[in-house]
Amino acid sequence: MSEFAIDVHGLRKEFGGKIAVENVDLQLPKGEVWGFLGPNGSGKTTTIRMLSGLLSPTAGTGTALGYDILTESEEIKARMGYMTQKFSFWTDLTVRENLEFVARLHLIDDVASVVSATIRTLDLQDRQDQLAGTLSGGWQQRLALAAVTMHGPDLLLLDEPTSGVDPLARRDFWDQIHRMTEERNMTALVSTHYMDEAERCDQVVYMSRGRLVAKGTVAEMIANSGLVTFRADGPGVRKLMAALKRASGVEHVAYFGAALHVSGTDRSLIERTIGELRSQNIEWREVVPNLEDAFIALTQKAGVAGERSA
Amino acid sequence: MTIPGWIRRSGAIFLKELTQMRRDRLTFAAMLAIPVIQLVFFGYAINSDPRHLPTAVHAEDSSPIVRSLLHGFQNSGYFDLSRTCDALPDCDHLLSSGEVTFVIHIPVGFTAALVAGRRPELLIEADASDPVAASSALGYAESIVSSALRNDLTGSLAGLQVGREPYGLVIHPRYNPEKKTQYNIIPGLLGVILTMTLVMITAIGMTREVERGTMENLLVLPARPGEVMIGKIAPYLGIGAVQTVLILIAANFLFGVPFSGSVEILALGLINFALANLALGFSFSTIARTQLQAIQMTFLFFLPSILLSGFMFPFRGMPGWARGIGELLPLTHFLRVVRGVMLKDASIRDLQTDFLALLAFTIFVTGIAMFRYRRTMD
Repeated sequence: MSEFAIDVHGLRKEFGGKIAVENVDLQLPKGEVWGFLGPNGSGKTTTIRMLSGLLSPTAGTGTALGYDILTESEEIKARMGYMTQKFSFWTDLTVRENLEFVARLHLIDDVASVVSATIRTLDLQDRQDQLAGTLSGGWQQRLALAAVTMHGPDLLLLDEPTSGVDPLARRDFWDQIHRMTEERNMTALVSTHYMDEAERCDQVVYMSRGRLVAKGTVAEMIANSGLVTFRADGPGVRKLMAALKRASGVEHVAYFGAALHVSGTDRSLIERTIGELRSQNIEWREVVPNLEDAFIALTQKAGVAGERSA
Repeated sequence: MTIPGWIRRSGAIFLKELTQMRRDRLTFAAMLAIPVIQLVFFGYAINSDPRHLPTAVHAEDSSPIVRSLLHGFQNSGYFDLSRTCDALPDCDHLLSSGEVTFVIHIPVGFTAALVAGRRPELLIEADASDPVAASSALGYAESIVSSALRNDLTGSLAGLQVGREPYGLVIHPRYNPEKKTQYNIIPGLLGVILTMTLVMITAIGMTREVERGTMENLLVLPARPGEVMIGKIAPYLGIGAVQTVLILIAANFLFGVPFSGSVEILALGLINFALANLALGFSFSTIARTQLQAIQMTFLFFLPSILLSGFMFPFRGMPGWARGIGELLPLTHFLRVVRGVMLKDASIRDLQTDFLALLAFTIFVTGIAMFRYRRTMD
């Protein structure tokens, strides 16, 4: 059996001739938590749906948990937990009824006690008789997590599980994910837009325009982006924004509170630009690019590449 | 003993549907109230033998004989002598405006001519624009007249009796044609109501999952198409059973429809028919993308079911092609079963063609549903 929980090659998906995902290779080692990043519409959901058997790939092969994603999707479904981007449990059933339904479909023998244990673990006791549709976003997400992990899956596919959830609930959620992956040697692929969540992952992959364009740890991603970032501080610094955006060597400028982050991949060009713009009251210093800088650079680079190839 | 997985998974879906159904109180109540309301509405409303039709009298003669003649009309129940008109134009107006359906003309000297044995003419003008409404009342007019007169033409006038043949003494016939209409309509309504509610409720079953976004979840859970279908239609089989009992009770108590045949055969027919409709509804819901489309498909099927099944119009009166379409509809076969069992004490042998047709229909649409059920979101 493969040491990878997910091992796919050349995945491709077309919708009516339009390519949504192309040439996706992904090897996800067992027991690791990977982040799946990329802008909206880059193909993350399509990829996750292909991995879960919800969509059949137009081309490509691979396995999930050792089962062929093309022919053995029933086996995969039984051992996988998939949390959809949009809350997709039954809003007219209570928390407990939703969990009981899922438990029965998974042929869990002692439905009542397994559901009760799950409810305790995820601290849903006070809400178990509440209709799922009346739960707040954070509690809905907790119900969804309970439902997709109750049968003890070996693989979790979570599609933007924390969108629209407050920071405290997000932190709880990630604590649960890490607890479960450690306790059960579970593997997880989690798509997200949050940089702090990406930093909680063993590795991250970055998708843009239907292709995986980068892979590695957060530190590697930053290093590999080849990005040089300078921070400009001082009164009136924001007025430089327009000039910086046009300046050579500057690939992206972002507000950071009162400061600006100016990034580019060509150190000499960017340093010359800064030299030209240097003035008395603005302080410039080089900083370590953060993941967000790296991702914005990746997105722009992929965009330029995409336009060139188009 | 271990219960097979497919039964457990079907059961899981069954319980979920049942819980959702119970929670949707309005729909649940509607499914139980609709049959009764429809039955009462249509049972009383659909009537090809209308009575108490407004009638005007244009009497140019007056005598005890004329009065008893008019009493005869009134007492028949078919004619409601609510108006009189003195001049002919007034009579015409009443008829053309639709205020009355009939005008009875008693000519000048009617009594004298009658007593003298000159066979005077009695004219009944009818508004035949709705031939059904007028025809049965007119059909009784002659016997009304003869039996009304018979009571007066006694003693020395006995020799003047208009007809020599003995007419029935009672104007009101013993076998009640009005009831006969309903004997036919009420069992048919059972089929019509089951068709509408069962097809529609299952037709929206899968599309509702798609529209609410729960389909994605259902697809990643380990439930196979057949299990989803069984779990989804089973609760409605129960609903259909309750509807049937309600309708049969109403048929008996409100309309006095007799039940001359075997309950077992009718139950068998009902299960066959309900399964055919549920399977059809489920296959609609695998084809339609939205609940609205599913409802439209239901109506597309419902209309020919009503018009070509023999419910509304006599099946034998339809042209061959229409009968051909009718033979493809489950309602056609169910109507033969339910009318046969309730009214004619039909045996299973009498009805075997219809049972086989219902079964074939169920298998066919189940095949479509299994073929069309999307196991992926492609």
